[in-house]
Amino acid sequence: MNRLFTASALALSASLSAAHAQTEIQWWHAMGGELGAKLEEITKGFNDAQDDYTVVPSYKGTYPETMTAAIAAFRAQQQPAIVQVFEVGTGTMMAAEGAIVPVHQLMADNEVAFDPQAYLPAVVGYYTDTQGNMLSLPFNSSTPIVYYNKTMFEKAGLDPNTPPKTWAELEEFSKKIIESGAGTCGFTTQWISWIQTENLSAWHNQPIGTEQNGFGGLSARLTLNGPVQVKHWENLKRLSDEGVFKYGGPVGGDNAAPMFYSQDCAMYMASSASRAGVIANAKDFELGYGMLPYYDDVEGAPQNSIIGGASLWVLSGRPDEEYAGVAKFFEYLSTPEVQADWASFSGYLPITQAAMDRMADFYAQNPGADTGIRQITLNEPTENSKGLRFGNYVQIRGIIDEEFEQLLSGSKDAQGALDSVVERGNALIAEFEAQNQ
Amino acid sequence: MKRTLFRNQWLPWLLLAPQLAITFVFFLWPAAQAVRQSFLRQDAFGINTSFVGLANFRALWNSPEYLNSLQVTAVFAVLVTVLSMGLSLLLAVALDRMIRSASLYTTLLVWPYAVAPAVAGILWWFIFNPTIGIMPYVLEGIGYDWNHISSKSDALILVVIASAWKQISYNFLFFVAGLQSIPASLREAAAIDGAGPVRRFFDITLPLLSPTTFFLLVVNIVYAMFDTFAVIDATTEGGPAQATNILVYKVYFDGFVGQNLGSSAAQSVILMGIVIALTAIQFRYVEKKVAY
Repeated sequence: MNRLFTASALALSASLSAAHAQTEIQWWHAMGGELGAKLEEITKGFNDAQDDYTVVPSYKGTYPETMTAAIAAFRAQQQPAIVQVFEVGTGTMMAAEGAIVPVHQLMADNEVAFDPQAYLPAVVGYYTDTQGNMLSLPFNSSTPIVYYNKTMFEKAGLDPNTPPKTWAELEEFSKKIIESGAGTCGFTTQWISWIQTENLSAWHNQPIGTEQNGFGGLSARLTLNGPVQVKHWENLKRLSDEGVFKYGGPVGGDNAAPMFYSQDCAMYMASSASRAGVIANAKDFELGYGMLPYYDDVEGAPQNSIIGGASLWVLSGRPDEEYAGVAKFFEYLSTPEVQADWASFSGYLPITQAAMDRMADFYAQNPGADTGIRQITLNEPTENSKGLRFGNYVQIRGIIDEEFEQLLSGSKDAQGALDSVVERGNALIAEFEAQNQ
Repeated sequence: MKRTLFRNQWLPWLLLAPQLAITFVFFLWPAAQAVRQSFLRQDAFGINTSFVGLANFRALWNSPEYLNSLQVTAVFAVLVTVLSMGLSLLLAVALDRMIRSASLYTTLLVWPYAVAPAVAGILWWFIFNPTIGIMPYVLEGIGYDWNHISSKSDALILVVIASAWKQISYNFLFFVAGLQSIPASLREAAAIDGAGPVRRFFDITLPLLSPTTFFLLVVNIVYAMFDTFAVIDATTEGGPAQATNILVYKVYFDGFVGQNLGSSAAQSVILMGIVIALTAIQFRYVEKKVAY
């Protein structure tokens, strides 16, 4: 009895010391629901595969809440090692030089093999500096595509297998749908900011701002009041007045999806990562996928679309052994197996070429699932289509929505609305520049 | 009144200490932090900090968005106060005439007060949702195209209704108590003199209710300006085009979402000034003008 007791006490202390030897790494993220469960499953895969580190994921709410929590924690010196930050927070994170450890440096410091060439430039470009160094690890990236209702297309006498290629076609198809009585509206959209302004600019190879859309430094300013953007907003206003286009609300456009699901609108521009949700709701009709439409009179269109979503940033000020673990964890996250698993489950884009190749079968079996990745890799990204990086951009996105609403209500024209986006946005960018000097 | 004299000077301080400590830690210290922050320009992570004097306040003064927010807040506060107080007075007067069902009626009317503001916001958001809500469907029947996502006035009406609804129970209870304290003999005397119900209400009831009314007026204005954050957050998030962006919501949005701490702190200092002014007016006025 006594011996048994001693033995079990020994075993207990051994297991305790083993547990103690493990370095805990905190990871704050914003993935709720099924995505959160999958994220935990992936993390568990890493924790089970080795004994040195335990990554502890914690759900912190929405993207802005997660970022705010991490910043507040940093100010109180209680920061996690890894935090998931949405793409518009990139400017803020990148400017905080003393607060972050760039991914390329993390990998080099901890001697973990890291080949920047293995990653897809269209995806990681958003998160690299002008020298091509990766600053944060893309985790969940998506790009907007067109979902359309094949059943409604058929009713309107359109070819259900041909989504509109250009904006002219989109307008023509929409009008046919309304005239034939197949639906009450042609199209709706998520995100006026991300889809109808930022992606529109990249897709037509038009600058969003100076200094390579802000990649060049804090002195960059917005220039998205160019002729192509103005023409597009003018069109949206006209189509909205004609009832062809229906506005789904600010930010993510929460009211857009119901209009598509209820078969009021025949087309819906939304994130490629919404695919699973759209399929689940498209019960009464057949679903088709297409790339974003473009204006065929703009030279260089279509270029390539840009991503949205979030990436993983490493915060400084943690013990060294944690960073060694973070580097190993990032290596694990980048493996083709994990990437392919995550991307096919969630609809987000794979971040490496190897993962994309591995997903060939998945793409073959799931028509439309590759629309996003094809669109984002359509051409080599240019200075105008790598992404964008401005400070205070969360608020600037809000300004884009507000000015678009002014346009819809008729209190401003397209040029006036976009001019105020630039003016008000640049004031915020100047404030950000002053804060970070 | 009996005055207690302490022989030991320290004892009263000791007895007050817990209260003072709480006031200091939870009220004075954060307020001082906000005042300090309002004079600083700082990046989100707190790495670079510089003293900018009154620049944050000047920027607000020159910002059309902030001035708009002030205006929206004023309109919103007045509408919410008038609507919720008017309706609750009507309900309380109705109760005063009831004999048997009064307690049931009171119980039912107090229910909304138990609903959390965020939940109230969500409820109204569902009822008025342009795509799936019941009200837009009904309104369409009478030829009104309700859309609080793109129409500024619809959005303001929505948040006013949701906020006022929430406050009706509270006002109602106070009005009922106020009405019950008015001696029935006064109204009876007026009735004998030949005054009708309307005349009696305006000449007898309303003046005697004035302490209650004034108290509720201040409480409601403060409620509309500060406690309606959750309603706004759950329904319109300040939109469309800042039509419902009241001061409190703007402080939150600029500070927590936008990470612009200096401006957000300056805005809360201004809000603090407004609260102090409102409280001062309340005390001066209550002490001097209202007859108890």
